[in-house]
Amino acid sequence: MGKIWKISGPVVIAEGMRGTQVYEVVDVGDEKLTGEIIGLERDQAVIQVYEDTVGLKVGEPVTGTGHILMVELGPGLVGNIYDGVQRSLVTMMDEIGDFLVRGVRTDPLDRKKKWHFTPSVKAGDAVQEGDIIGSVPETGLIEHRIMVPIGTQGTILEIAEGDFTIVETVATVEHEGEKKPLTLMQKWPARKPRIYKKRFNPEDLLVTGTRIIDYLFPLALGGKAAIPGGFGTGKTVTLQQMARWSQTQLNIYVGCGERGNEMADVLQSFKKLRDPATDRLLQEKEIFIANTSNMPVVAREISIFIGITMAEYFRDMGYDVLLVADSTSRWAEAMREIGARLEETPGEEGFPTYLGSRLSAFYERSGRVECIGSPKRMGSATVIGSVSPPGADFSEPVTQATLRIVDVLYSLDVALANKRHFPTINWLQSYSLYTDSVDAWWNKISPDYSDIRNKALITLQHEAELEEIVRLVGPEALPEDDKLVLLAARMIREDFLMQSAYHPVDTYTQPARAHMMISAIMKFYDLAEEATESGMLVSEIASSKILPRISRMKDIPNEEFDDYMKQLWSDMDKNPFV
Amino acid sequence: MDSLQLFTRQTKAISTARRSLLVLESIPGIRYSEIVDVQLGTGETRIGQVIEVGKETTVVQVFGGVSEVDLLNSKVRYKGETLKLPVSGDIMGRIFDGSGHPIDGGPPIIADTYLDINGVPANPASRMPPAEFIETGISAIDGLNVLVRGQKLPIFSGSGLPHNKIAAQILRQASLKGKSEEFAIVFGAIGVSYDDAGYFISNLEETGALSRTVAFINTASSPVIERLSTPRLALTAAEYLAWEHDMHVLVILTDITNYCDALRELAAMRGEIPSRRGYPGYMYTDLASLYERAGRISGKEGSVTIIPILTMPDDDITHPIADLTGYITEGQIVLSRSLERKRIYPPIDVFLSLSRMMKEGIGEGNTREDHNNVFMQSYAVYAEGNYLREISTVIGSEALSDRDRLYLSASDRFEQEFISQAENNRRTVEETLGLAWNIFSMLPREDLKLIQEEYINKYLPEAPENRTTTGTD
Repeated sequence: MGKIWKISGPVVIAEGMRGTQVYEVVDVGDEKLTGEIIGLERDQAVIQVYEDTVGLKVGEPVTGTGHILMVELGPGLVGNIYDGVQRSLVTMMDEIGDFLVRGVRTDPLDRKKKWHFTPSVKAGDAVQEGDIIGSVPETGLIEHRIMVPIGTQGTILEIAEGDFTIVETVATVEHEGEKKPLTLMQKWPARKPRIYKKRFNPEDLLVTGTRIIDYLFPLALGGKAAIPGGFGTGKTVTLQQMARWSQTQLNIYVGCGERGNEMADVLQSFKKLRDPATDRLLQEKEIFIANTSNMPVVAREISIFIGITMAEYFRDMGYDVLLVADSTSRWAEAMREIGARLEETPGEEGFPTYLGSRLSAFYERSGRVECIGSPKRMGSATVIGSVSPPGADFSEPVTQATLRIVDVLYSLDVALANKRHFPTINWLQSYSLYTDSVDAWWNKISPDYSDIRNKALITLQHEAELEEIVRLVGPEALPEDDKLVLLAARMIREDFLMQSAYHPVDTYTQPARAHMMISAIMKFYDLAEEATESGMLVSEIASSKILPRISRMKDIPNEEFDDYMKQLWSDMDKNPFV
Repeated sequence: MDSLQLFTRQTKAISTARRSLLVLESIPGIRYSEIVDVQLGTGETRIGQVIEVGKETTVVQVFGGVSEVDLLNSKVRYKGETLKLPVSGDIMGRIFDGSGHPIDGGPPIIADTYLDINGVPANPASRMPPAEFIETGISAIDGLNVLVRGQKLPIFSGSGLPHNKIAAQILRQASLKGKSEEFAIVFGAIGVSYDDAGYFISNLEETGALSRTVAFINTASSPVIERLSTPRLALTAAEYLAWEHDMHVLVILTDITNYCDALRELAAMRGEIPSRRGYPGYMYTDLASLYERAGRISGKEGSVTIIPILTMPDDDITHPIADLTGYITEGQIVLSRSLERKRIYPPIDVFLSLSRMMKEGIGEGNTREDHNNVFMQSYAVYAEGNYLREISTVIGSEALSDRDRLYLSASDRFEQEFISQAENNRRTVEETLGLAWNIFSMLPREDLKLIQEEYINKYLPEAPENRTTTGTD
């Protein structure tokens, strides 16, 4: 047992710490605050403390726990709300009240709750690490597959169906005469990537239900994306939308250094909203990690790794998992603060020089893999991180370091926010490197996909060029075909790209529906092009009764949509410009 | 034992006094972040805070600086506790300084309890999303940037803009729609001029609101270090009233720019590595530890709503103070110098302003069913008008169509009739929405695309005289 030697903010130095290891979890002080050793020198240990250190004294005890920071993995994760070091905020609310006092320990997973375990292997079967030995129905949406922990193999001696807590033995494995009990829970060090058999390129579309993302800048299962944006550009709402509607089996929402009221809003909304595919409550497929901006800074750093470890664990069961992290800038700032306390040589803007490698260590844990163990299965973990660049200036270090790692950029635009165009994803600056690989997926919906997508993007680009001319000469001075480009681009922007997160229908658009919507716009554009060539004025085209009907497409309920579009389509074929 | 305690709790072994820091020999039992008394050889006593404690040396930051500290006769006495505010129901109607001492001539507070001024973070799982509409009586806020209970909504201002007037108007007028309950007011003045602080106090006095106010005043001439404790004291009082006395509390903090400058000054004295524009790298976290104290807790009656005021240096919204605040708060009310020059009060820039909590606080049951539609349509009309005004300065208004000219005059009316209002004018939300409808009635009915048909039928006034432009050009 050691003693506190020095205290400076969240960094504590303790002496008499011989025998401890780097990244070992320690109890600091009489109140037993949770800390982690980040460096050792002779008998002194440098410790970052995950709780407020106010009031600590020199000489108070520091005790090692003998293990590094482990994430508890097992039934009970889904629907839970954790702080940055995997303490259950739900349990803390029940046990200690509405405010987070220091030094409280809670078990991340409920030790008393019984789960019904159904084995899928039998006594006498040989099992390897990663093999699925049975399952537990965790929620209405998640079947929690119980896997042989990494590093364990052998022959099943006994295994039984029944109700178990996460610490009771459900099976016994024998290997070279050594017997090992298996439970529903296993642990994994947060900072270490979980292993898999083989990694594949992402190629299936991750359906988010946000049209500009799915159609123009698609994200693939197992991919990695960044969303930078200044304040007020709707980063959080965009991420929340993805966490809500993404057609993945499990979503993990890491609120890292962000607003408490927003977190409360997310938590409440997931208790009410239903998954469009299954009509079950969204919280049955969601895990929350909430380390708001007024909670201890150091815990921000580890919270992201705890989240990604959970994502990998469910990936290993053969699921498609999405992790959203809001915001990675606050995470980077936490590293900067610790770095400064340790008097490390700072890199750009005071951020530690290892900022880039730490960001890669996080984003690279995404991916589509063949999981370890049998039965053979594929799983994916997709990662989306928001970035909060100071002054909305994307040249700052966190944005730039992130852009070197991710394959998709959703660039949020303050100017669009000021025009109340939401989502504020800028179509000229954003990109997706998965466009080619998900083409095959889209072509199953429609072979026209690539043509329409490209034409839409070209029209928007053309509009941007024309806008500059309009500012000089006014819209009336443009030739008719250019006026038509402006009209078409406006339709794409307002009737397709703009999407309300708060409208019950508009909030989530299935890919097939999105394709029909943009096809209608592009068809009208084609017809209008023909008409202008034969001498019709754009002002006449703009007063077509078809236009308001195209604008209303967004709000038509799904069950009426096909009829609505059929009628619209046939009216366009008959006489589009009355 | 007592005398021994006294003896061990005091040291004269000061080895360094530089900038605002004292380095002294450590004595057992010092707590990190505790408050100490520094007794000067002259007999004067200053307050300091332990900012680093080690086995051999302790570093103390002295509030008020180390001038006249000598290494021979000065003493440091430990008090064994962190900064706490004595509270009881009697704090209502009282005025304190930035250390929490009464400065209104009244008796000291007999404390029910002592609260750590840093507060304790609320469990995110216990928070309740803010949703109750606060009627401020100001159209630009109630109509377009709704404030709700438990929100933190700052006013981004500039030097010479009337942020104090607007804040005072909100304090006078704020009420919950349809309820007679009044807000308790907590006022924190941080490094403001004596006149500014006096303006608020006399304003509250005139309206009789002083009896439900707690004020903490640190003027420009008070110690810089107290600029850091003033908002914390104010928020501690606000939390106490909200969570222990079930009150709805409205907190005004002015001016956050002074707070951040104090933070920078003290960080520089400690020799910390500066981040953007010299402000410390942890300024986001530090500001969050203030702003995040707003909110509602499920199962508790009260609420804490915070309106921080900051003056953007050079009206620059990307300046770190405004920028970091915007990242933490739930929107912002931005004041515009160009509206101020047009003599429009309140000069609220509708495009840059935003309330993130608005959608929760409006609509049927809160304000009125058509509120969201009216908001979207007003916004679209005003934006169109502004865009046309911008291009007409280049191409001339002759090049505009009749429809364009109609929008130009609609957006002028929007500024003159909707945004603009008198300082003592309290509009109900129905009046605010009615003003917007009046402006809509001059536009072709089919242009009101963002409003549902049934609301148009119900609320659009049949006033043909409105269709002629009202000579505002």
